[in-house]
Amino acid sequence: MAETISEIITTVRLDYTHTAGRAQNRFLTGLIEGKIRGQRCPSCKKVYVPPRGSCAVCAVATEEEVEVADKGTVTTFCIVNLQFHGQAVEVPYVCGSVLLDGADLPFFGMLAGVEVDKVHMGQRVQAVWVPPEERKPSFDNIRYFEPIDEPDAPFESYKDHL
Amino acid sequence: MSNFKAAHILEYPYTRSVGSVQGRFLGALKEGRIEGIRTPSGRVIVPPTEYDPETTATLSQGEGDFVEVGPAGTVKTWTWVAEPGDKQPLARPFAWALIVLDGADTALLHAVDAGAEADMATGMRVRARWRPERSGMITDIECFEAAD
Repeated sequence: MAETISEIITTVRLDYTHTAGRAQNRFLTGLIEGKIRGQRCPSCKKVYVPPRGSCAVCAVATEEEVEVADKGTVTTFCIVNLQFHGQAVEVPYVCGSVLLDGADLPFFGMLAGVEVDKVHMGQRVQAVWVPPEERKPSFDNIRYFEPIDEPDAPFESYKDHL
Repeated sequence: MSNFKAAHILEYPYTRSVGSVQGRFLGALKEGRIEGIRTPSGRVIVPPTEYDPETTATLSQGEGDFVEVGPAGTVKTWTWVAEPGDKQPLARPFAWALIVLDGADTALLHAVDAGAEADMATGMRVRARWRPERSGMITDIECFEAAD
C-alpha cells in the first residue's frame, strides 16, 4: 500500500496593486518631507490621520489639510512575544496606537527605544524618522516612536480616542 | 501631484488535513499512480471521495476498494486558456479538461498541454505527464498530453 499523505500546504495568494489616491498621496508626500498630514472633517471637525479623503461617520468628503505633530500619547499597545510567519522584527517588540498632538484618531506604529515592559498608556512619545535621503512614500519613514521627557498625559486627555 | 502605487501581496500558506481517502490518493500520486474508489454499485470515483455521491454511505476504506485507473483517459469536456495567469499550471496556452481516466466512471479536472486550441477535441485521448520529483500533490501530474 502506498504512503498516506496527511497534510498538504495550499497557498492562497492575492496580488494587489494599491493606488494611493489623492488623500494618501498628500499624506505619503508629507512623510517624505518629515511631516504628518491629516484631514479635518468639515462636519464633526475631527482630524483623521492618516487621511482617507472622507469621514466615515459623517459620510462627507474631507478636503481641509491639517499638519499634526510627530509626537503624541500612547493610547493602547501590544507587546509581541510570538514569532509568526512573515514577521519583519525580532520579538519581543511593541506596537501601539499613538494619538498625535492635533489628531483625533490614533496612529499605528512601533514603540521602541525603551524596554518593552516600560511602555504604558499615557506615555509621551515622538517619531524617529529615517534620514531624508533614505525616505520613500511609505509609513516606514517613521522607524518607530520613542519616549520623550514629558510627563504622562492624563487619561481624560485621550479617553475618547481609544 | 504624485500618484503613488505599490504592490500589495496577501499570502496565506494554509496547511490542510486531507483525510484518509484523499491521503491515499495523494500517496499514490507520489508513486506515479492514480487511484479511485469503488462504490457498492460498482462505480469508480476519481478522485476518490469519502462518501458515495449517490447514497451518501461512507465508502469503506479497505485496501480492496481502491482501484488503479489511467494513466490514460478521454477528454469529456474542456475550455481553452489562451492567456494563462502566473498561478496556473502551465505558462503557455493550455486547456482545462474533465478527463475520464480508463477504468473510472467520473472525470478528473486537470490541464492538457495540447499546444493549440485546434488540437483539442472532446473525446480525444490523453495521458498523464508525471513530474520526476513528486511530493503527494495533484501537481505531481504536471499535466496531461495527447496520447495515441
